[in-house]
Amino acid sequence: MALPPFETFLEEHRTPVYRLLLAMVGPHAADDCFQDTFLSALRAYPRLPAGSNLRAWVMTIATRKAFDHLRAQKRRAVPVAEVPEQPVGAPELNGEPELWRAVRSLPPMQRAAVVHRYVFDLTYEDVGRALGCSEEAARANAYEGRRRLKKLLEVTT
Amino acid sequence: MKELRMLRTTEIDDLSARATGLFRDRAEQARLVDVAVATVDSPIGDLLVAGTRKGLVRISFPDEGHGDVVEELAIMLSPRVLEAPARLDDVRRELDEYFDGRRRRFDLRLDMSLTHGFTKKVLQATARIPFGSVSTYRDVARRAGNDRAYRAAGNALGSNPIPIVVPCHRVLHSDGGLGGYGGGLDVKRFLLRLEHALD
Repeated sequence: MALPPFETFLEEHRTPVYRLLLAMVGPHAADDCFQDTFLSALRAYPRLPAGSNLRAWVMTIATRKAFDHLRAQKRRAVPVAEVPEQPVGAPELNGEPELWRAVRSLPPMQRAAVVHRYVFDLTYEDVGRALGCSEEAARANAYEGRRRLKKLLEVTT
Repeated sequence: MKELRMLRTTEIDDLSARATGLFRDRAEQARLVDVAVATVDSPIGDLLVAGTRKGLVRISFPDEGHGDVVEELAIMLSPRVLEAPARLDDVRRELDEYFDGRRRRFDLRLDMSLTHGFTKKVLQATARIPFGSVSTYRDVARRAGNDRAYRAAGNALGSNPIPIVVPCHRVLHSDGGLGGYGGGLDVKRFLLRLEHALD
């Protein structure tokens, strides 16, 4: 089967990609990461073998963009007085902002593993592929992330 | 962990739609769009128009199915097909003016790369038939270099990738019969009346 038109590909995957990025980098950086993801995808698209798993491919690109963003953010980070994480009215994923804040307080690999595993229901093999690590590492990160999340949520609630 | 899946999908859909709009602009700026497509509304229904960097490459009628046409463009030209309405602003404007009766001649760059050989020659001959006049299958065949190939000329016109702008509706049978039309004979009649070439 030939590659679908990029337009079709974009329409089919834009919302899951946005959801992933919202969970990974939060509402402020999601737009930039989203555009970077699809620009990279568009650049590479004609060279992609027909019959590729397009969802897995674009989610892997998005994960990499999220990691890039988090790395850059860490480099830029200067300790300052507490800044509110969410300005009032910023879009949130659901009615539980504290859950998402907790997710985004996880280290990047654990965060990515938790999101891919529990938001998108991927198998550990596919989580590993998206994160660029082994299946075992994906499992370990998801497990550790989940453990930490539970602890964080117990403390705050 | 079930809570993680309870996401408001409509809201995320809106956010991703907005981000997609910004992405389209950046893709166009980065010159990554090989085939830009847009929809133009007209008295004969929504037309799909497509352009490459060389020019207007395709116009399709509603009954061709826009999805099918976009797929065809991805296969024939490049999979980098994207809705990029801004690039097609000139096409939209000239089509609007034509349907309003304010334009008799299109002034657009054309990309004829979806046609080859005799078909291309027939369409090039057809492109020179002026507004308000008509020609015959035999005549365009002759101008394309083979006056006996009027049936082939008919097929060539039937496969015209840029109807309206390459005015295949101006080609009729020698006996005055309407002949055929990709968009349907009603559309052919409509266009000829618009040009006052038919009562």
